[in-house]
This record gives sequence, C-alpha cells and structure tokens, in this order.
Amino acid sequence: MAFDYDKWIRPGKLPHIWCPGCGHGIVMKGLIRAMETLQLKKEDTAIVSGIGCASRLPGYIDCCTLHTAHGRAAAFATGVKMAKPEMNVILVGGDGDGTAIGGNHFIHACRRNIDMTYIIMNNYIYGMTGGQFSPCTPTGAKASTTPYGNPDPGFDIAKLAIGAGATFVARGTAFHANQIDKLIAEAIQHKGFSVVEILDDCPTTYGRRNKYKSVIEMMNRLKEVAVPVKAAEKMTAEQLQGKVLTGVLYKEEKANYTDEYAKVIERAKAAK
Amino acid sequence: MSKKVAFLQGNEAAAHGALYAGCNFFGGYPITPSTEVAEVMSAELPKVGGKFIQMEDEIGAMAAVLGASLAGSKALTSTSGPGLSLKQELIGYGCIAEIPCVVYNVMRGGPSTGMPTGPSQSDVMCAKWGTHGDHPAICLTPASVQETYEEVIRAFNLSEKYRTPVMVMPDEIVAHMRERIVFPEPGEVEVVPRKSPTVTPEQYKPYDVSFGDVPPLASFGSGYKFHVTGLNKMQDGFPTTKAEIVQAEEERQVRKVDANIDDIVQFEEYQLADAEVVVVAYGSTSRSARYAVNVAREQGIKAGMFRIKTFWPFPDKQIKALAAKVKGFIVPEMNLGMCALEIERNAQGKAPILGIFRVDGEPINPDQILEKIKEVK
Repeated sequence: MAFDYDKWIRPGKLPHIWCPGCGHGIVMKGLIRAMETLQLKKEDTAIVSGIGCASRLPGYIDCCTLHTAHGRAAAFATGVKMAKPEMNVILVGGDGDGTAIGGNHFIHACRRNIDMTYIIMNNYIYGMTGGQFSPCTPTGAKASTTPYGNPDPGFDIAKLAIGAGATFVARGTAFHANQIDKLIAEAIQHKGFSVVEILDDCPTTYGRRNKYKSVIEMMNRLKEVAVPVKAAEKMTAEQLQGKVLTGVLYKEEKANYTDEYAKVIERAKAAK
Repeated sequence: MSKKVAFLQGNEAAAHGALYAGCNFFGGYPITPSTEVAEVMSAELPKVGGKFIQMEDEIGAMAAVLGASLAGSKALTSTSGPGLSLKQELIGYGCIAEIPCVVYNVMRGGPSTGMPTGPSQSDVMCAKWGTHGDHPAICLTPASVQETYEEVIRAFNLSEKYRTPVMVMPDEIVAHMRERIVFPEPGEVEVVPRKSPTVTPEQYKPYDVSFGDVPPLASFGSGYKFHVTGLNKMQDGFPTTKAEIVQAEEERQVRKVDANIDDIVQFEEYQLADAEVVVVAYGSTSRSARYAVNVAREQGIKAGMFRIKTFWPFPDKQIKALAAKVKGFIVPEMNLGMCALEIERNAQGKAPILGIFRVDGEPINPDQILEKIKEVK
C-alpha cells in the first residue's frame, strides 16, 4: 500500500509554494515518513521555522507549527522546548536562514545540546528573495549579488554543528530520498541537539545562473558528489576530492539542556 | 497579620512583581542597568518550577519569550535601550501573532551605547514606534519601587487580557533606587489568567473573532494544533494577502487597545482641582515635580501635577481637558522633548508648553521645575 502522506498534511493547504524541481517537497515527505515511523503525536510535536522557501514547510503539516522571523527559529524553539520539555521540537529552514542571520542561535542551540532536531535544507542560495549568495554558496558560483562569481568561502554546516557542540549530525541529499526519513528519524530519537543537513537544489535561482541545463542535471550532481561515510573509509584522499560525505557523521551521548535544567530546579527547591 | 515588608531596588521589585503575576519563564541577556531582574529571576524561578534561560543575544531572548508564551508560559524579558532596539522586530512579531508577554526596559542614556549607567526617559517613543508597521502599544512608566512591583503585575494582566506584548519602562533612577516595599498577600492583587479556548481542538482557530477582538489563545502541547506566523494572517492563523482580511485584522489588532483606553490608561492627578499651571511628568521626574508643586503652592502659585502612569496609550482625553482650562503645561523629561510632543498634539495650541529637557545623565531638580512654573503668566 502506498504511504499515506495526507494523514500529516493539513487539508486545503496544498499546493505548496515551491517551484517545480525544488527538493524541499522531497525533504517534507521524508520528515512526514520519519514522524509516521516514530508514531509522533501531532499535538505534542512543534515544527518551527524561520523565513525563506524552506521555512514555509511547517504550514503544510498538521502539528503545532510556528513560522517565526528570519533566522530566529532556533531561539523561538528553545523557548517552546524549555516551557514544554516533553514536546518533540523540530526545526526546519534553509542555509541562509540558519547559518547567516540565524547563525548565532544555531551555534548556541548546538552548544546547549537542547533536545531538538534541526533539518537544514541547503540549496546554496537565498531562493525566496531571488537568488542572492548565502554563506553556503560555493566560491566562484554566480548569484544575483555575485555577478562576477562568489568571492566568499562557504560554511560546512555539518562541521559547524559538530564544532559548536551538536551531538548528532547527519547529511543526506534530496536525490537520496529514501535515506532522508531514516536520518531524520534517528535524529529525532537522539537525545540532544541533532542536525540533519539535506543538500538540496534550487533550479530557479541557482541552477539557471550556474549552467545547470535541467533539474535532472542538478539531481545527478547530488548523486555524484555524495559518498556514504562507510564507503569513504575505504577511499583515498584523492578519490574523495570534491565529494561530500553522507549518512550519520557524528554521534555522541551527552547531557541535554532541559534535563540539566530539571536538575537546576531540583537544586533550587532543595536550597529553598 | 502584618504584611511582608522589604527594602528593595526597583529592578528587584520588578522581578518579584513578575513572580506574583505568575511569571514562569524568563529569557534574557545581560545589559546594564536592568541585569538585576535576570539575576533575581535566575534564583527565584527554579524554586517554583519556572524556567530561566540566558540566551545568546537580545533577539534570542525575545524569541525564546515568545516561544515559551506560545507553549503556555507567562514570560518576561528585561533589557535596556540597545537591547530594546534589537528586540523590536520580534516585539512586532508578538503584536501581529498576538502573543502575550512582558518586556521590562530600563531607560538609560542613548542612542546606541550612550550612557549605560545614566538615567534617561528617551525610550518612550521607541515603545510605540520602534517596531515597523501599525500595531498596538501598551507602555507603563512607574515612578517608585512599590509602583514598579505593581505595574509589572498590571503589565502581565494587560498582556493576557489583550493578548499583546506590554512594556514596563522605568528610568534608571527608579530601577536602581531602593525604597520600602509592602508585598501584597496572595490573592490580594488581581492576576488575570490567559483566556483559554472553550471549543474543541478540531474547532479551534487562533484568531477566531467570533469570540471578540481578543480571541482565546491555546498553547502548544495542550492538545491543540494550530499555525502561527508573522505574516498577515486569517482567523485560522494561515497567511493571506487578501486585502479585506489584512485590513480587518490590522484594524482589529490596533483596536484591542484603542477601544479599551479607559481600562488601560492610569494616571495620578495631584493638586489639579484648581491648578492653573500643570506639570506633566512620569517616572522619577515626577518625584521632583511633586516637590516643586508643593513649594509653588506654599508660595501661593496654583500649581498641580498630572502624573502619567500609562505612557501608551497616551492619556489624550485627560490632557485635552486640562488644556482647555490651564494657563500652561510644564513638561520635564530626561530626553529632548518626547512627551512634550504628545502634550502639544493634545493641547492643540490652547495652552503653552514649557519643556525642561535634560539628556546629560543628571536628574531634573525640583528647582528647575519651580523656576519654569513661575514663568507661566
């Protein structure tokens, strides 16, 4: 039997705003499958986003959904999680929203290891505003604000998350659709701050400026650059040149923030 | 039974007022001269099972407060000028998404870093015009430690009643001075609970105007699922650009305050019955004004004071009425004439306005006010 996505989609809210060929819908379906696998309760699940194309995702899903301001998803979500630690809190957004304007909240959510899952759809561009370069745009690439090629070096989101203290970091791609739900499900189950970066595509504002002839070509690139972490172990540095590791990149068991704060409450009450 | 009495600082009183009002979440960021609020909350909140979090920046603190409030908490943040500037976008978010919360802002010298330890009253316009777009604004300006305690409670009540962020803005003098405070007994001061939905989760809409201009707010994690956005929204919480809906919703948001001005606006009339010269003052400046009025009366001058407790919405009606019968207004304030503009707007040329504007980090003395009172002929 085909998977029933409708169970999780809000009636009357489709079609979505995403362009034909955009990978965000693939990620949304992955998230839905993950929530179904884990049998999450909709009313106990908050999906929080910032601003941008990817941040429109929560509106389509039948949970407690919060579409915040640009870059602020992690900070709003921190308030939700602190107030209701028993809730599942899932953040979604794009690379610009999460690592530029929201960069500070992102690294501090990692540092606190607060038990939330952050799904970052990295399409290397600010899509909603028409294709300006983001902190993840590759050096040399064309964007509407880098007409002569991007002079900036880009972020490696996974390394940033690991360096900042996230205790579960994974990467997938929009091409490897069947892996997305598994990575997200494992991330949600992980106790602590988990980051799932999904390499995505924006044919409308990135592809056409960077000589991709079609969406298929963009998807094929994702297929070609992705190397599962296990496979990478057997590859030489030369073979790994230009490749991107996928799968679970980092996992660590460590005290999480709301559990630690519960201890603060115990200590305060004992001292009263 | 005698009441509990203490000798407290304004900021400490603010924190205790918040606790009395049932505040169970604080999100903040250190900033002079308001940090004591965060310090007291970090110590007191966990004792009652509440949550304190020091966020990574001022914007994050405001965001966490809004998130916590949506999850059912009574939430507070405290800051000062530069932090207030940073929080503005999200204060607007609180207004359009209609999320109750209290922003306690201690007024120090500005703009920018200005004079972090110097008193000021120069954020009062920022309370109304700081965030972009049309929106409701409620701002309270207490003048004593006791009143700071009481006004923080009132701020929580107003924020819940009207489902909107409310600001409390003491100047640095009120925030840092120490005075005797008498704590009310539990139950003695009204604490307004959040209007919860009476419909089932299936029927619930977060902006259902069939319940009036202030629709009930469910909380995340309470069995209700709904959508919240900072975009212009429909009654079900989802975004819209339909002209008639956007217009109606924007007007409703502002009307929540505008149609309830008499419920929100509080003020003190001191020696006003026969007053010919009226000092309009707020915050610590009103303490000098009271002294000046007393001395003027001793000297046979019919002076009085209109003390603003609720700065926004502004007491338009009262100032208009006074303008029709007085010889002049004296407006002392620690800025270059902000309240004075509001008095001017209301006086409509019917009474002259003499301002005393100080931005040098020094308080306004009674002598300065008395001198001006004598200038009114």
